[in-house]
Amino acid sequence: MKIVVCVKQVPDTAAKVVVENGQVTWGDAPLVINPWDEYAVETALLQQEAHGGDVTVISVGGEDAKEALKHALAMGCGNAILISDPGLQNADSLVTSQALAAAIQKIGDVDLAFFGRQAIDGDVGVTAAQTARVLGWSSLTLVSAISELDPGSSSIRVERSVEEGRQVVEGKLPAIVSVIKDIGEPRYPSFMGIRKASRSEIPVWSVAEMGAEVSDPVVTWPEISNPPKQEVVTEIISGGSPAEVAETLAEKILEEKVL
Amino acid sequence: MTDKVWVYIDQFNGEAIPSSWEAIGAARMLADELGGGVTAVIAGSEVQQLGEQAIQFGADQVYLCDDGTLQEFRAEPYASLVSGLAGEHQPEVILFPTTSRGRELAAMVAVDLKTGVLPDVTALEVQDGNVVATRPVYGGKLLSKAVCSARPQLVTLRVRAFSTPEPDSSRTGNVNQIAAAVSEDNITTKVSGYTESSRGVSLNDAEVIVSGGRGVSNNPSLEPPDGMDENEAEIWRAQEGFKLIGDLAGVLGAAVGASRAAVDAGYIPYDQQVGQTGKVVSPDMYIACGISGAIQHQAGMRTSKVIVAINKDPEAPIFKMARFGVVGDLFEILPPLTESLRSRLSS
Repeated sequence: MKIVVCVKQVPDTAAKVVVENGQVTWGDAPLVINPWDEYAVETALLQQEAHGGDVTVISVGGEDAKEALKHALAMGCGNAILISDPGLQNADSLVTSQALAAAIQKIGDVDLAFFGRQAIDGDVGVTAAQTARVLGWSSLTLVSAISELDPGSSSIRVERSVEEGRQVVEGKLPAIVSVIKDIGEPRYPSFMGIRKASRSEIPVWSVAEMGAEVSDPVVTWPEISNPPKQEVVTEIISGGSPAEVAETLAEKILEEKVL
Repeated sequence: MTDKVWVYIDQFNGEAIPSSWEAIGAARMLADELGGGVTAVIAGSEVQQLGEQAIQFGADQVYLCDDGTLQEFRAEPYASLVSGLAGEHQPEVILFPTTSRGRELAAMVAVDLKTGVLPDVTALEVQDGNVVATRPVYGGKLLSKAVCSARPQLVTLRVRAFSTPEPDSSRTGNVNQIAAAVSEDNITTKVSGYTESSRGVSLNDAEVIVSGGRGVSNNPSLEPPDGMDENEAEIWRAQEGFKLIGDLAGVLGAAVGASRAAVDAGYIPYDQQVGQTGKVVSPDMYIACGISGAIQHQAGMRTSKVIVAINKDPEAPIFKMARFGVVGDLFEILPPLTESLRSRLSS
């Protein structure tokens, strides 16, 4: 099995992200591997443990995205590649997926590529499906469990989580799989893994080196702002027994006329 | 003549997802600015009735593909159908509801037509012939405007961010029947089973949500059955607590939500998590029980119209966003609250 996992470097979920002078800042909060992508790394490693082969982690980004790649290496991925190119600086999701698809093709003979469901910075959540479409592979998104994987017959069966419930889907390899939390808690990097990752030299591929052509970005973000402050006057309901408080709260709730 | 503004009608088992009608409402607003009417695109199996419905909600004409290969949603054949139609007729904009299907479909159509996709949009305007979309980013901590220079502009609309138009049964329009774009032999995936969610009202389109957090396991007066270890006892306590949440939700016709802490502790399945790494919801009323309101949880529910918080800790950040707060024990407050609302709502 040749497995790829795609990750992104993002500000930590606990970061206080604000716009100052038109620039997005998160103070001294750390950049981390996108939390959803840790589940993708975990899934890739579990499949490698079950079926053999190797796992390569890739990311599109600047030099600092190497930290996310190193986290994945420390968790147990065998190889890492950074896709970095001045031409990708303003990449939209289509351009990013074309670059990821080109890297997956250059790696060669890949059976499965894993993604997290979305990155928590842009919250776009379309890159996995777009990469599948660029490659012409099966697209299995929002996967909560891999029930069967048979490299011999190139078949995979997964459970997907959609609004109405769980769907069982069978697909052919090669496939793109995006995963959600139910897939299993990601492992912590091991001490040995961290040492190995810190010493590793991560190769950098440019678009030209991949022999790829990517589109010009068509999506722009002309303005980013802090959301308007919500003017909320909090009314604390107190006094009396819990039953009396509950009675007053019920009255207030109904007065809002949203029920 | 081709309409400039199209809407994709998302459906499940032949029933339209209500946010599809919200998208028709938004499309009419865009069509008023850009000119022309609104075209609805419908795909599925045994979905003929949706054509008429789309027209009543405001579409001027419909492209409808009713085909056995479209029985279950699979992104590939659906995308080929929509891309083929849009490639031929060249609309300026296609709106989709942001469901799991709408998002994946828009993603793939964007690849086929070499254009951009603006997902999970909460507001729309038109400037110089372009759609300017407002979308929350960083888990709703910031708002970004986004513009796409290619055509068609693909926009998915956040569920419940746009209002539903009044249906008008006197409206008429053409329903054009379209053939499927891909035959079964050329589709690489197959849906072989389905289990419906057993948890009643879905979080995504709930008008009211009652959520529980870590505090739900914190009822010391409950004595767990013999033979449970500490962890089992905690989960048992939490599940007893979630019954109170479920009772209140039942009375209000509400969905049940949970904080990440409650999900991670194994109290309730991940499907119910509200927050930055769960579902982002925007109900008319959000009742948070035993939830402190960490920044990641706020990201998932801050746009709720009215927030009610019940928490023992007066310093909990959730109180800063709440319209009404009760500093108290949810196990003492919820049962009488449920009873009071039950009798008031039934009278």
